[in-house]
Amino acid sequence: MDVQSPAGQPDGTPAGKGTDGQTSDAAAGSPEGQPAGAPTGQTAVGRPPSSGHAGTRHFRIWRGSAAGGGLEDFRVEVNEGEVVLDVIHRLQATQAGDLAVRWNCKAGKCGSCSAEINGMPRLLCMTRMGTFAQDETVVVTPLRTFPVIKDLVTDVSFNYEKAREVPAFMPRPREADGTYRMAQVDVERSQEFRKCIECFLCQNTCHVIRDHEENKKTFSGPRFLIRLAELDMHPLDTNNRKRLAQDQAGLGLCNITKCCTEVCPEGIKITDNGIIPLKERVVDTRYDPLVWLGNKIRRRPS
Amino acid sequence: MSDLERHSYDVIVVGAGGAGLRAAIAAHDAGARTAIVCKSLLGKAHTVMAEGGIAAAMGNLWPEDSWQIHFRDTMRGGKMLNNWRMAQVHAQEAPARVWELEEWGALFDRTKDGLISQRDFGGHRYARLAHVGDRTGLEMIRTLQQHAVALGIDVFMECTVTQLLRDTAGSEPRIAGAFAYWRENGKFVLFEAPAVILATGGIGKSYKVTSNSWEYTGDGHALALRAGASLINMEFVQFHPTGMVWPLSVQGLLVTESVRGDGGVLRNSEGRRFMFDYIPEFFKAETADSEAEADRWYEDKKNNRRPPELLPRDEVARAINAEIKAGRGSPHGGVFLDIASRRSPDYIKKRLPSMYHQFKELAEVDITAEPMEIGPTCHYVMGGVEVNADTAASIVPGLYAAGEVAGGMHGSNRLGGNSLSDLLVFGKRAGDAATAYAASLSTRPSVPERDVQQAEEEASSPFTVQGGENPYTLHQELQQIMNDLVGLIRTASEMSDALEQVAALSRRSEQLTVEGDHRFNPGWHLAIDLRNMLLVSECIARAALERKESRGGHTRDDYPMTDPEWGKINLALRLEGDKVTVTQQPLPEMPAELKQFFEEK
Repeated sequence: MDVQSPAGQPDGTPAGKGTDGQTSDAAAGSPEGQPAGAPTGQTAVGRPPSSGHAGTRHFRIWRGSAAGGGLEDFRVEVNEGEVVLDVIHRLQATQAGDLAVRWNCKAGKCGSCSAEINGMPRLLCMTRMGTFAQDETVVVTPLRTFPVIKDLVTDVSFNYEKAREVPAFMPRPREADGTYRMAQVDVERSQEFRKCIECFLCQNTCHVIRDHEENKKTFSGPRFLIRLAELDMHPLDTNNRKRLAQDQAGLGLCNITKCCTEVCPEGIKITDNGIIPLKERVVDTRYDPLVWLGNKIRRRPS
Repeated sequence: MSDLERHSYDVIVVGAGGAGLRAAIAAHDAGARTAIVCKSLLGKAHTVMAEGGIAAAMGNLWPEDSWQIHFRDTMRGGKMLNNWRMAQVHAQEAPARVWELEEWGALFDRTKDGLISQRDFGGHRYARLAHVGDRTGLEMIRTLQQHAVALGIDVFMECTVTQLLRDTAGSEPRIAGAFAYWRENGKFVLFEAPAVILATGGIGKSYKVTSNSWEYTGDGHALALRAGASLINMEFVQFHPTGMVWPLSVQGLLVTESVRGDGGVLRNSEGRRFMFDYIPEFFKAETADSEAEADRWYEDKKNNRRPPELLPRDEVARAINAEIKAGRGSPHGGVFLDIASRRSPDYIKKRLPSMYHQFKELAEVDITAEPMEIGPTCHYVMGGVEVNADTAASIVPGLYAAGEVAGGMHGSNRLGGNSLSDLLVFGKRAGDAATAYAASLSTRPSVPERDVQQAEEEASSPFTVQGGENPYTLHQELQQIMNDLVGLIRTASEMSDALEQVAALSRRSEQLTVEGDHRFNPGWHLAIDLRNMLLVSECIARAALERKESRGGHTRDDYPMTDPEWGKINLALRLEGDKVTVTQQPLPEMPAELKQFFEEK
């Protein structure tokens, strides 16, 4: 599939270009993230947070574009049971009509509203305000691994490019009676990975690409490694992707620090159930001396 | 204009949910140069929120099931106002569409024999819904998305269509393309194509309490009206009986019908299973009248009748509403949905993992230990573009509609599970028919340049108005009006009031002001979507005021009974100038060989 980009918008802007400094600062909650001449008006730029009355909270939100930006201060009303996305919506409606954020379902099912909250990769719609202390400042910044488009919206096209590199599912033929028969226990292994809502928080947090733009060409990231694992464990699939996993998707670059598993909002055991078994399977076929000998004798293309 | 981005295709599909993706796959397979244009990132469409399953009479658990019984259930669920031919085609083709998903990689839950498992749902006589836990929509959209990726279909994502363009040179205006803007940078783009398939979903964002995502602003409904097409059945809006009610932040969020399909029951503040008090005459013969019989049904469907909690959604939503009004509601204004006392924690977590997660994370409620508080939420619009039952073609040559944006299939009320199957069945048919139409043309239609110019000016207008109104404020007012005055229970005076208020909002919406520039600007995006919501809201209110009876997703305090005469009539809406007109037209008559399924035995 060709995912089209807007004309005149250069693709492949390096991640974090022009914004990296500010977002790093932002994650640390540093005031240096302020852009020079940031809009004042309704926002309380530079005003120190006060505990205020019970319903008002202090937010710092990264605003800007690929050209640069910084944290902007807001004081905003918060009601019982609200999540961070509710507060962002209230800011849009009352203080910053053009504040850019992606969201769709507001139910943790679509994976659109990924961002970094106080430095942690999270879904805005699943982060309850109750998880912060009453006088805690909430800092919201865009995903750092991807180039900023505007405010909290980043260019996640890297992920759609990697999706295109995954060789298609190729099922075995149906049974004689026209059905596919699979045991529940066999489908469950792949089903775990198919819970993925493609929020790309794992991609964002993975240190192989988070601060290493140069690895993006040769590393697909945790999301697509579990996609390969899912297909590899799929009871019907006949396409062998083990070589691809190692050579193109960069399976070997993962040194299983499990950061991806920690941030997964679906609780998928990305490393333990996906990446490690995939590594083992690759090792089995690639480095097994008998398989190696067989390949040499039968002169399979390497 | 000379620097306007232009693309040329045979078929443009607007929307990338289940219907859009399936239509694009069909068009591509049939040989059309096909592109998908969608408002969100690929894979985020509203289909992803569908939970329960895909209804298809595969007979994997109950070999007695057949398309005829599915057809019958669908018609009865829609109170016989469905387009019979759509309901027939849907029931006949749904199984093939599900099996096809399996060939594209979908992994449904299995039966003991290794076949696709099927679950019970309201209004379906047999366990019929192919599912994956309670995240079936995600499985479906991911499967279709990955298949479309493998086929190499072009996708223009985060790109919003604001207008359909027509070639008006011939005797009859026909579709010539679509005008859109990139959300990312606000630049305009023109798609020239002889065939456009609308697959834009529903209208829920016109209501305050809704299970729908931000995308559901009635874009396809409004685009079709403005292009000269007709809408039918717009008075029928489904209020799902079980939405979350607390905290307010998540009010309206869907609680899947699977909770009831898997054994959950509804109780009022007195602990009573009140649904036994609300079994309508129409469904008495097939509904259990004691708790003992209802509970036996889950295991033995042959000798017992269905629990009343699994009546069609309109019945259950009205009953809940009545209990709340009578003062027997829960602390936060809903009623109780209880599965904790009826199924083991392991079973609940296995069958309903998303619901467990959703309540735990957002409401701090453990559904394996305590009941949920739920109430009705705006969920689905039965009405939509009037289409040919076999081809999904509208009355405008070159314009097609599939999925929620199309009307007729579900009559006055949709059964749970029939939406995902609808998307697949009619998505495919629309893709096939649009491709055949595009191939049949001897000359490609051409887009009038002045219309392109005009589309550009209209889309940009919020930037030129100074000191106008805030689109967010108008949107909130509209949601409140529709919720209060054209909601679950309706009366003439309130609907007339709503029409006046919506008209006033429409006038105010001509003077909207947005801050910032064209780059990813949610205020501007809302200003554009708001025009669609206002037009669609007017359609709903007009049709609802016209239909003087209660049926399915249209309940009137002033006409509480179902009227057989109204059962023969569809209401069709058109846009003439800037006036919405309502016409009564006869319901297509069902042939005798299908009528026999409804004869009393």
